Amino acid sequence: MDSLDTATRGVAPESAVKALTVQIGEISIRLHPESTSFNEPLSDRFFGFLTEHRPVMAADLDVLLAGRDAVSDREISVSRSGPLWRIERGDFLAEWNPLSRRGWVKQSANPHPTDTVLRIVHSLLLAEEGGFLLHASSAVRNGRAFLFAGVSGAGKTTIAHLAPQDAVLLTDEISYIRPNGEEYRAYGTPFAGSLQKPGENIFAPVACAFLLEKGLENRIDDVDVATAARSLLRNVLFFARDTELASRVFEGILDFVSRVPVKRLIFEPDERVWELIR
Amino acid sequence: MSEHFVARAPALAYRMIGGETIIMVAGDATLFSLDEVASFIWQRADGRTPLRSIVEAICEEYDVAPAVARHDAEEFVASLAGRGLLVIRSHGAGEEDRKVMGKP
Repeated sequence: MDSLDTATRGVAPESAVKALTVQIGEISIRLHPESTSFNEPLSDRFFGFLTEHRPVMAADLDVLLAGRDAVSDREISVSRSGPLWRIERGDFLAEWNPLSRRGWVKQSANPHPTDTVLRIVHSLLLAEEGGFLLHASSAVRNGRAFLFAGVSGAGKTTIAHLAPQDAVLLTDEISYIRPNGEEYRAYGTPFAGSLQKPGENIFAPVACAFLLEKGLENRIDDVDVATAARSLLRNVLFFARDTELASRVFEGILDFVSRVPVKRLIFEPDERVWELIR
Repeated sequence: MSEHFVARAPALAYRMIGGETIIMVAGDATLFSLDEVASFIWQRADGRTPLRSIVEAICEEYDVAPAVARHDAEEFVASLAGRGLLVIRSHGAGEEDRKVMGKP
Protein backbone atom coordinates (compact mmCIF):
# COMPACT_ATOMS: atom_id res chain seq x y z
CA MET A 1 0.00 0.00 0.00
CA ASP A 2 2.82 2.32 0.82
CA SER A 3 4.24 1.97 -2.64
CA LEU A 4 0.81 2.51 -4.17
CA ASP A 5 0.25 5.61 -2.07
CA THR A 6 3.63 6.87 -3.04
CA ALA A 7 2.88 6.17 -6.67
CA THR A 8 -0.44 7.91 -6.42
CA ARG A 9 1.17 10.94 -4.92
CA GLY A 10 3.85 10.65 -7.53
CA VAL A 11 1.36 11.03 -10.40
CA ALA A 12 -0.14 14.10 -8.84
CA PRO A 13 1.95 16.58 -10.77
CA GLU A 14 2.16 20.24 -10.03
CA SER A 15 -0.44 20.91 -12.71
CA ALA A 16 -2.97 18.77 -10.84
CA VAL A 17 -2.33 20.81 -7.74
CA LYS A 18 -2.77 24.06 -9.63
CA ALA A 19 -5.71 23.10 -11.82
CA LEU A 20 -9.21 24.08 -10.77
CA THR A 21 -12.25 22.28 -12.10
CA VAL A 22 -15.26 24.57 -12.34
CA GLN A 23 -18.48 22.62 -12.79
CA ILE A 24 -21.56 24.59 -13.84
CA GLY A 25 -24.70 22.95 -15.14
CA GLU A 26 -23.00 19.55 -14.84
CA ILE A 27 -20.48 20.70 -17.44
CA SER A 28 -16.89 20.81 -16.26
CA ILE A 29 -14.16 23.14 -17.39
CA ARG A 30 -10.67 22.80 -15.95
CA LEU A 31 -8.61 25.92 -15.50
CA HIS A 32 -4.83 25.73 -15.46
CA PRO A 33 -3.48 28.99 -14.07
CA GLU A 34 0.14 29.48 -14.99
CA SER A 35 0.80 30.95 -11.59
CA THR A 36 -0.24 29.49 -8.26
CA SER A 37 -0.77 33.03 -7.05
CA PHE A 38 -3.85 33.18 -9.27
CA ASN A 39 -5.42 30.07 -7.73
CA GLU A 40 -6.83 31.86 -4.75
CA PRO A 41 -8.65 34.60 -6.69
CA LEU A 42 -10.10 31.98 -9.00
CA SER A 43 -11.07 29.71 -6.10
CA ASP A 44 -12.81 32.61 -4.41
CA ARG A 45 -14.58 33.62 -7.60
CA PHE A 46 -15.96 30.16 -8.30
CA PHE A 47 -16.49 29.05 -4.73
CA GLY A 48 -19.29 26.52 -4.54
CA PHE A 49 -18.75 25.44 -8.13
CA LEU A 50 -15.36 23.77 -7.78
CA THR A 51 -15.18 20.01 -7.82
CA GLU A 52 -12.46 17.65 -6.70
CA HIS A 53 -13.83 14.88 -8.91
CA ARG A 54 -12.31 14.15 -12.28
CA PRO A 55 -15.29 14.29 -14.59
CA VAL A 56 -15.03 14.35 -18.37
CA MET A 57 -13.84 17.83 -19.21
CA ALA A 58 -15.68 19.86 -21.80
CA ALA A 59 -12.68 22.15 -21.92
CA ASP A 60 -9.21 22.53 -20.49
CA LEU A 61 -8.14 26.15 -20.46
CA ASP A 62 -4.66 27.41 -19.72
CA VAL A 63 -4.94 30.73 -17.92
CA LEU A 64 -1.97 32.84 -18.91
CA LEU A 65 -1.40 36.09 -17.12
CA ALA A 66 -0.31 38.48 -19.80
CA GLY A 67 -0.10 42.19 -20.04
CA ARG A 68 -3.61 42.73 -21.31
CA ASP A 69 -5.44 45.96 -20.73
CA ALA A 70 -7.32 46.20 -17.50
CA VAL A 71 -10.14 47.85 -19.43
CA SER A 72 -13.12 45.55 -19.93
CA ASP A 73 -15.68 47.94 -21.39
CA ARG A 74 -14.97 47.05 -25.00
CA GLU A 75 -17.45 44.89 -26.85
CA ILE A 76 -16.74 41.20 -26.79
CA SER A 77 -15.75 39.68 -30.11
CA VAL A 78 -16.48 35.98 -30.64
CA SER A 79 -15.57 34.46 -33.99
CA ARG A 80 -14.87 31.05 -35.44
CA SER A 81 -12.21 29.89 -37.86
CA GLY A 82 -12.80 26.23 -38.67
CA PRO A 83 -13.30 24.52 -35.33
CA LEU A 84 -11.35 27.16 -33.43
CA TRP A 85 -13.25 29.79 -31.46
CA ARG A 86 -11.53 33.10 -30.77
CA ILE A 87 -12.88 35.28 -27.99
CA GLU A 88 -11.54 38.76 -27.39
CA ARG A 89 -12.10 41.84 -25.28
CA GLY A 90 -9.80 44.55 -24.03
CA ASP A 91 -8.79 42.60 -20.96
CA PHE A 92 -8.42 39.15 -22.49
CA LEU A 93 -7.83 37.08 -25.58
CA ALA A 94 -8.88 33.43 -25.65
CA GLU A 95 -8.99 30.52 -28.06
CA TRP A 96 -10.83 27.27 -27.63
CA ASN A 97 -11.07 24.21 -29.86
CA PRO A 98 -14.18 22.12 -29.10
CA LEU A 99 -12.69 19.13 -30.93
CA SER A 100 -9.53 18.91 -28.87
CA ARG A 101 -11.33 20.52 -25.91
CA ARG A 102 -8.20 22.55 -25.32
CA GLY A 103 -7.82 26.26 -25.14
CA TRP A 104 -6.17 29.17 -23.44
CA VAL A 105 -6.92 32.63 -22.21
CA LYS A 106 -4.39 35.45 -21.94
CA GLN A 107 -5.69 37.94 -19.46
CA SER A 108 -4.97 40.42 -16.74
CA ALA A 109 -4.56 39.11 -13.20
CA ASN A 110 -8.22 39.40 -12.39
CA PRO A 111 -10.82 36.61 -12.26
CA HIS A 112 -13.37 38.72 -14.14
CA PRO A 113 -12.03 37.89 -17.62
CA THR A 114 -11.97 34.19 -16.70
CA ASP A 115 -15.59 34.50 -15.64
CA THR A 116 -16.49 36.06 -18.99
CA VAL A 117 -14.66 33.38 -20.97
CA LEU A 118 -16.47 30.67 -19.01
CA ARG A 119 -19.83 32.27 -19.75
CA ILE A 120 -19.06 32.32 -23.46
CA VAL A 121 -17.66 28.81 -23.64
CA HIS A 122 -20.70 27.53 -21.73
CA SER A 123 -23.04 29.38 -24.09
CA LEU A 124 -21.30 27.71 -27.05
CA LEU A 125 -21.48 24.29 -25.42
CA LEU A 126 -25.13 24.72 -24.48
CA ALA A 127 -26.12 25.79 -27.99
CA GLU A 128 -24.93 22.43 -29.28
CA GLU A 129 -27.64 20.66 -27.27
CA GLY A 130 -30.44 23.23 -27.38
CA GLY A 131 -29.59 24.88 -24.08
CA PHE A 132 -28.89 28.53 -23.50
CA LEU A 133 -27.93 31.27 -21.08
CA LEU A 134 -30.68 33.77 -20.40
CA HIS A 135 -30.68 37.26 -18.90
CA ALA A 136 -32.85 36.12 -16.03
CA SER A 137 -32.69 35.56 -12.33
CA SER A 138 -33.92 32.18 -11.19
CA ALA A 139 -34.81 30.41 -8.00
CA VAL A 140 -36.03 27.01 -6.85
CA ARG A 141 -39.15 26.75 -4.73
CA ASN A 142 -40.89 23.51 -3.79
CA GLY A 143 -38.49 21.61 -6.03
CA ARG A 144 -39.37 23.61 -9.14
CA ALA A 145 -37.37 26.35 -10.81
CA PHE A 146 -38.80 29.74 -11.78
CA LEU A 147 -37.11 32.13 -14.20
CA PHE A 148 -37.48 35.90 -14.14
CA ALA A 149 -36.35 37.31 -17.47
CA GLY A 150 -35.78 40.88 -18.40
CA VAL A 151 -33.32 43.42 -19.61
CA SER A 152 -31.19 45.45 -17.25
CA GLY A 153 -33.45 47.35 -14.89
CA ALA A 154 -36.43 45.03 -15.36
CA GLY A 155 -36.14 43.77 -11.79
CA LYS A 156 -34.12 40.55 -11.97
CA THR A 157 -32.09 41.38 -8.92
CA THR A 158 -35.06 42.97 -7.14
CA ILE A 159 -37.16 39.84 -7.42
CA ALA A 160 -34.22 37.74 -6.26
CA HIS A 161 -33.66 40.06 -3.33
CA LEU A 162 -37.32 39.73 -2.30
CA ALA A 163 -37.25 35.92 -2.36
CA PRO A 164 -38.49 34.24 0.81
CA GLN A 165 -36.33 31.91 2.85
CA ASP A 166 -37.75 28.76 1.30
CA ALA A 167 -36.68 29.88 -2.18
CA VAL A 168 -33.15 28.93 -3.20
CA LEU A 169 -31.48 31.42 -5.50
CA LEU A 170 -29.84 29.99 -8.63
CA THR A 171 -28.68 33.35 -9.97
CA ASP A 172 -29.73 36.98 -9.96
CA GLU A 173 -28.25 37.63 -13.39
CA ILE A 174 -27.79 34.78 -15.87
CA SER A 175 -29.89 31.65 -15.85
CA TYR A 176 -28.42 28.42 -17.10
CA ILE A 177 -30.90 26.28 -19.02
CA ARG A 178 -30.43 22.76 -20.36
CA PRO A 179 -32.92 20.41 -22.00
CA ASN A 180 -33.46 17.11 -20.24
CA GLY A 181 -35.83 14.82 -22.12
CA GLU A 182 -39.21 16.49 -22.30
CA GLU A 183 -38.35 19.12 -19.69
CA TYR A 184 -35.84 21.88 -19.15
CA ARG A 185 -33.62 22.26 -16.12
CA ALA A 186 -32.34 25.45 -14.56
CA TYR A 187 -28.97 25.27 -12.85
CA GLY A 188 -27.31 27.49 -10.32
CA THR A 189 -24.42 29.60 -11.56
CA PRO A 190 -21.63 31.66 -10.03
CA PHE A 191 -22.51 34.42 -12.53
CA ALA A 192 -23.75 37.08 -10.15
CA GLY A 193 -25.37 40.40 -10.95
CA SER A 194 -25.99 43.39 -8.72
CA LEU A 195 -26.64 41.11 -5.75
CA GLN A 196 -22.96 40.13 -5.99
CA LYS A 197 -23.78 36.74 -4.60
CA PRO A 198 -23.31 33.46 -6.49
CA GLY A 199 -26.24 31.10 -6.84
CA GLU A 200 -26.54 27.73 -5.18
CA ASN A 201 -25.03 24.86 -7.12
CA ILE A 202 -28.26 22.91 -7.57
CA PHE A 203 -30.76 22.35 -10.36
CA ALA A 204 -34.49 21.81 -10.78
CA PRO A 205 -36.98 21.40 -13.63
CA VAL A 206 -38.24 24.73 -14.92
CA ALA A 207 -41.89 25.23 -13.92
CA CYS A 208 -42.40 28.66 -15.44
CA ALA A 209 -40.52 31.53 -17.04
CA PHE A 210 -41.78 34.97 -16.12
CA LEU A 211 -41.29 38.08 -18.22
CA LEU A 212 -40.71 40.82 -15.67
CA GLU A 213 -42.56 44.10 -15.75
CA LYS A 214 -42.61 46.57 -12.90
CA GLY A 215 -46.06 47.85 -12.00
CA LEU A 216 -48.31 49.05 -9.23
CA GLU A 217 -49.66 45.65 -8.28
CA ASN A 218 -48.65 42.01 -8.25
CA ARG A 219 -50.25 40.10 -11.07
CA ILE A 220 -49.55 37.27 -13.50
CA ASP A 221 -50.79 37.62 -17.08
CA ASP A 222 -50.82 35.04 -19.83
CA VAL A 223 -48.74 35.77 -22.91
CA ASP A 224 -49.13 34.20 -26.33
CA VAL A 225 -46.44 31.85 -27.51
CA ALA A 226 -45.08 34.23 -30.16
CA THR A 227 -44.64 37.00 -27.59
CA ALA A 228 -42.96 34.51 -25.29
CA ALA A 229 -40.55 33.45 -28.01
CA ARG A 230 -39.72 37.02 -29.05
CA SER A 231 -39.21 38.14 -25.46
CA LEU A 232 -36.92 35.27 -24.55
CA LEU A 233 -34.96 35.59 -27.79
CA ARG A 234 -34.28 39.21 -26.87
CA ASN A 235 -32.93 38.10 -23.51
CA VAL A 236 -30.82 35.16 -24.56
CA LEU A 237 -27.06 35.64 -24.24
CA PHE A 238 -25.84 35.59 -27.76
CA PHE A 239 -22.16 36.25 -28.16
CA ALA A 240 -21.16 34.83 -31.50
CA ARG A 241 -22.05 36.15 -34.92
CA ASP A 242 -22.20 32.66 -36.28
CA THR A 243 -25.01 31.44 -38.54
CA GLU A 244 -25.05 27.82 -37.41
CA LEU A 245 -24.91 28.71 -33.76
CA ALA A 246 -27.61 31.36 -34.09
CA SER A 247 -29.91 28.86 -35.72
CA ARG A 248 -29.41 26.40 -32.87
CA VAL A 249 -30.10 29.00 -30.20
CA PHE A 250 -33.19 30.12 -32.12
CA GLU A 251 -34.52 26.57 -32.30
CA GLY A 252 -33.65 26.00 -28.63
CA ILE A 253 -35.72 28.98 -27.49
CA LEU A 254 -38.67 28.02 -29.68
CA ASP A 255 -38.59 24.49 -28.33
CA PHE A 256 -38.41 25.88 -24.79
CA VAL A 257 -41.56 28.02 -25.21
CA SER A 258 -43.40 25.02 -26.62
CA ARG A 259 -42.68 23.02 -23.46
CA VAL A 260 -42.48 25.50 -20.60
CA PRO A 261 -45.19 27.99 -19.56
CA VAL A 262 -44.13 31.58 -20.11
CA LYS A 263 -46.11 34.32 -18.36
CA ARG A 264 -45.80 38.00 -17.63
CA LEU A 265 -45.19 38.91 -14.01
CA ILE A 266 -46.22 42.45 -13.19
CA PHE A 267 -44.90 43.31 -9.77
CA GLU A 268 -44.21 46.07 -7.33
CA PRO A 269 -41.06 45.84 -5.23
CA ASP A 270 -42.79 44.05 -2.42
CA GLU A 271 -42.08 40.58 -1.06
CA ARG A 272 -45.77 39.69 -1.42
CA VAL A 273 -45.11 39.07 -5.11
CA TRP A 274 -43.69 35.72 -4.05
CA GLU A 275 -47.15 34.65 -2.90
CA LEU A 276 -47.91 34.24 -6.61
CA ILE A 277 -44.83 32.13 -7.27
CA ARG A 278 -45.29 28.61 -6.02
CA MET B 1 -45.20 44.42 -66.08
CA SER B 2 -42.13 42.22 -65.76
CA GLU B 3 -42.32 39.04 -63.70
CA HIS B 4 -40.72 39.12 -60.25
CA PHE B 5 -39.69 36.29 -57.98
CA VAL B 6 -38.95 36.65 -54.30
CA ALA B 7 -36.75 34.40 -52.21
CA ARG B 8 -35.93 34.30 -48.54
CA ALA B 9 -32.39 35.43 -47.91
CA PRO B 10 -29.82 32.94 -46.63
CA ALA B 11 -28.46 33.01 -43.07
CA LEU B 12 -31.87 33.47 -41.52
CA ALA B 13 -33.54 31.37 -38.87
CA TYR B 14 -37.32 31.54 -38.91
CA ARG B 15 -40.37 29.72 -37.69
CA MET B 16 -44.13 30.18 -37.85
CA ILE B 17 -45.41 30.22 -34.29
CA GLY B 18 -48.71 31.32 -32.82
CA GLY B 19 -49.97 32.85 -36.05
CA GLU B 20 -46.89 34.91 -36.77
CA THR B 21 -43.49 34.26 -38.24
CA ILE B 22 -40.46 35.08 -36.15
CA ILE B 23 -37.29 35.69 -38.12
CA MET B 24 -33.82 36.03 -36.68
CA VAL B 25 -30.90 37.33 -38.70
CA ALA B 26 -28.20 34.88 -37.74
CA GLY B 27 -25.35 37.32 -38.06
CA ASP B 28 -26.46 39.83 -35.48
CA ALA B 29 -29.48 38.14 -33.86
CA THR B 30 -31.83 40.92 -35.01
CA LEU B 31 -35.46 39.83 -34.69
CA PHE B 32 -38.41 40.46 -36.96
CA SER B 33 -41.96 39.23 -36.72
CA LEU B 34 -44.52 38.97 -39.49
CA ASP B 35 -48.29 38.98 -39.10
CA GLU B 36 -50.57 36.45 -40.75
CA VAL B 37 -50.72 37.95 -44.23
CA ALA B 38 -47.03 38.79 -44.27
CA SER B 39 -46.34 35.21 -43.16
CA PHE B 40 -48.49 34.01 -46.06
CA ILE B 41 -46.17 35.80 -48.48
CA TRP B 42 -43.05 34.72 -46.59
CA GLN B 43 -43.97 31.06 -46.78
CA ARG B 44 -44.37 31.30 -50.54
CA ALA B 45 -41.19 33.28 -51.12
CA ASP B 46 -39.35 30.27 -52.41
CA GLY B 47 -37.61 31.93 -55.36
CA ARG B 48 -39.68 29.89 -57.83
CA THR B 49 -43.20 31.21 -57.32
CA PRO B 50 -43.81 34.47 -59.20
CA LEU B 51 -44.95 37.35 -57.02
CA ARG B 52 -47.97 37.59 -59.30
CA SER B 53 -49.03 34.07 -58.25
CA ILE B 54 -48.53 34.93 -54.59
CA VAL B 55 -50.77 37.99 -54.99
CA GLU B 56 -53.43 35.83 -56.66
CA ALA B 57 -53.27 33.42 -53.75
CA ILE B 58 -53.68 36.32 -51.29
CA CYS B 59 -56.79 37.49 -53.14
CA GLU B 60 -58.28 34.00 -52.93
CA GLU B 61 -57.38 33.49 -49.28
CA TYR B 62 -58.28 36.89 -47.89
CA ASP B 63 -60.96 38.20 -50.26
CA VAL B 64 -59.06 41.36 -51.10
CA ALA B 65 -59.11 43.38 -54.34
CA PRO B 66 -56.24 42.45 -56.70
CA ALA B 67 -54.94 46.01 -57.05
CA VAL B 68 -54.81 46.46 -53.27
CA ALA B 69 -53.21 43.08 -52.74
CA ARG B 70 -50.58 43.75 -55.40
CA HIS B 71 -49.74 47.17 -53.99
CA ASP B 72 -49.46 45.89 -50.43
CA ALA B 73 -47.47 42.83 -51.43
CA GLU B 74 -45.01 44.84 -53.52
CA GLU B 75 -44.57 47.33 -50.69
CA PHE B 76 -44.01 44.54 -48.19
CA VAL B 77 -41.55 42.70 -50.41
CA ALA B 78 -39.59 45.88 -51.06
CA SER B 79 -39.49 46.62 -47.34
CA LEU B 80 -38.13 43.18 -46.45
CA ALA B 81 -35.69 43.29 -49.34
CA GLY B 82 -34.42 46.60 -47.98
CA ARG B 83 -33.76 44.88 -44.67
CA GLY B 84 -31.95 42.02 -46.37
CA LEU B 85 -34.60 39.44 -45.53
CA LEU B 86 -35.87 38.86 -49.06
CA VAL B 87 -34.16 38.80 -52.42
CA ILE B 88 -36.07 40.00 -55.49
CA ARG B 89 -35.17 38.40 -58.80
CA SER B 90 -36.38 38.75 -62.34
CA HIS B 91 -36.12 35.01 -62.91
CA GLY B 92 -37.05 31.91 -60.97
CA ALA B 93 -34.29 30.43 -58.85
CA GLY B 94 -32.85 26.99 -59.30
CA GLU B 95 -32.76 24.43 -56.54
CA GLU B 96 -29.25 25.48 -55.54
CA ASP B 97 -30.39 29.03 -54.86
CA ARG B 98 -32.98 28.05 -52.33
CA LYS B 99 -30.89 26.92 -49.42
CA VAL B 100 -32.47 28.55 -46.45
CA MET B 101 -31.88 27.90 -42.82
CA GLY B 102 -34.65 27.07 -40.42
CA LYS B 103 -37.95 25.33 -40.85
CA PRO B 104 -40.65 26.57 -43.17
